[in-house]
Amino acid sequence: MLANYLPILLFLIVSIGLGFTLLVAGKLLSPSKPSAQKNSPYECGFEAFEDARMKFDVRYYLVAILFILFDLEIAFLFPWAIVLDDIGVFGFLAMVVFLLVLVVGFIYEWMRGALEWE
Amino acid sequence: MDWMIQTWQQLPVILQLAVKIGLILGPLILSVAYYTYLERKVIAYMHVRVGPNRVGPKGLLQPIADVVKLMFKEMIQPTKSDHYLFFIAPVLALAPALAAWAVIPFSDSLVLADIDASLLYVLALTSMGVYGVIVAGWASNSKYAFLGAMRAAAQIVAYEIAMGFALVGVLMAAGSLNLSAIVQAQSGGIHQWYFIPLLPLFVVYLISGVAETNRAPFDVAEGESEIVAGFHVDYSGMGFALFFLAEYANMLLISALTVLMFLGGWNPPLEIPPFVWVPGLFWFLGKLCIVAFLFLWFRATFPRYRYDQIMRLGWKVFIPITLIWIGVIGFVRVFTPYGEIFR
Repeated sequence: MLANYLPILLFLIVSIGLGFTLLVAGKLLSPSKPSAQKNSPYECGFEAFEDARMKFDVRYYLVAILFILFDLEIAFLFPWAIVLDDIGVFGFLAMVVFLLVLVVGFIYEWMRGALEWE
Repeated sequence: MDWMIQTWQQLPVILQLAVKIGLILGPLILSVAYYTYLERKVIAYMHVRVGPNRVGPKGLLQPIADVVKLMFKEMIQPTKSDHYLFFIAPVLALAPALAAWAVIPFSDSLVLADIDASLLYVLALTSMGVYGVIVAGWASNSKYAFLGAMRAAAQIVAYEIAMGFALVGVLMAAGSLNLSAIVQAQSGGIHQWYFIPLLPLFVVYLISGVAETNRAPFDVAEGESEIVAGFHVDYSGMGFALFFLAEYANMLLISALTVLMFLGGWNPPLEIPPFVWVPGLFWFLGKLCIVAFLFLWFRATFPRYRYDQIMRLGWKVFIPITLIWIGVIGFVRVFTPYGEIFR
């Protein structure tokens, strides 16, 4: 059973190795003539006068939190979806209750404007 | 032939696996390279232009020339950037896009790792791709890259949810996480393919796939006219090439998954000759090409969405649609005798 996962492990290692090999090859084969101007961060032609790591919109943070909630929900739905035939009416209704609770939360977010971008 | 099979079987398992992995990765990278060529050609013809036609006959060697150029191009490392993260980010983007192919069944017998949780594995790896984007944007320490990374990350996670819900519908229909089993559940002809009973989920999945790979019309993350190229604006040479590879490998991956889950995988559209004479591999690849072509067609056709429109579509349209359709499938399966429709 676990032996089935060996090709996957190997595939992961090969993919990561390929990425690094290509990068290192590019580094070795290409010229390297750094200069202060060339190595400055890309901007509109002026000197960059402040750090790029600035404050950002809180909504990105909100999206991340919502994502965790809903992704967890999907993780719960996966096993449920597979055994739906075996658990029957009770299993279905249990998931409906669970989803309803989440949908109430979703509607609340919607009404509070957490999903608005302007 | 016999001696060849014998020597093959005597090889150590690791070596056999290495050869198989090479047989998947080699054609994959080649098709990624020629997918970029196809994109330029297809879009050119849709614009009534000719497209690349200088390198080789009909420009066929153009991808090779591009690779050679990028290989020998200086890799600029901005002074203010975070050097290690800056170096790792392209690998973080590329590795999941390639490694997900380990579980893709190309035909009923051609699959490298036939594991039970293959869909879960694919979902996990496609979620990893967003790390490459975020790390690249953060490490570059440039405003455009930072903005691009924020936008791309929020967009990818928003559509990831819609995609996940669409997958739940497929799981309910197939009753298995194994991609081969999902395809086998669709055998018997085109009316058995899941895109018919799961049409809303199919549409949501396909569009989310386009948004997930940051392709036009959802390409605000790299919107050329506003933030230049987004998260990879400070990358050049091979670093840029890896992001490019990752994006196109992801597009092909989404196409492959769409074919496997909604379009019957390697199954022919009708179980009668002459359709059954064609090997399953060709059906799979043919369908993959059609879906992959859609990506290019979308890019040539639709104008770019605004960012708030993208988020609205993801959160307020797709998630409710998928949730409702999952409820409908469950209800019909449990309470009515028509459950066979969704199978």
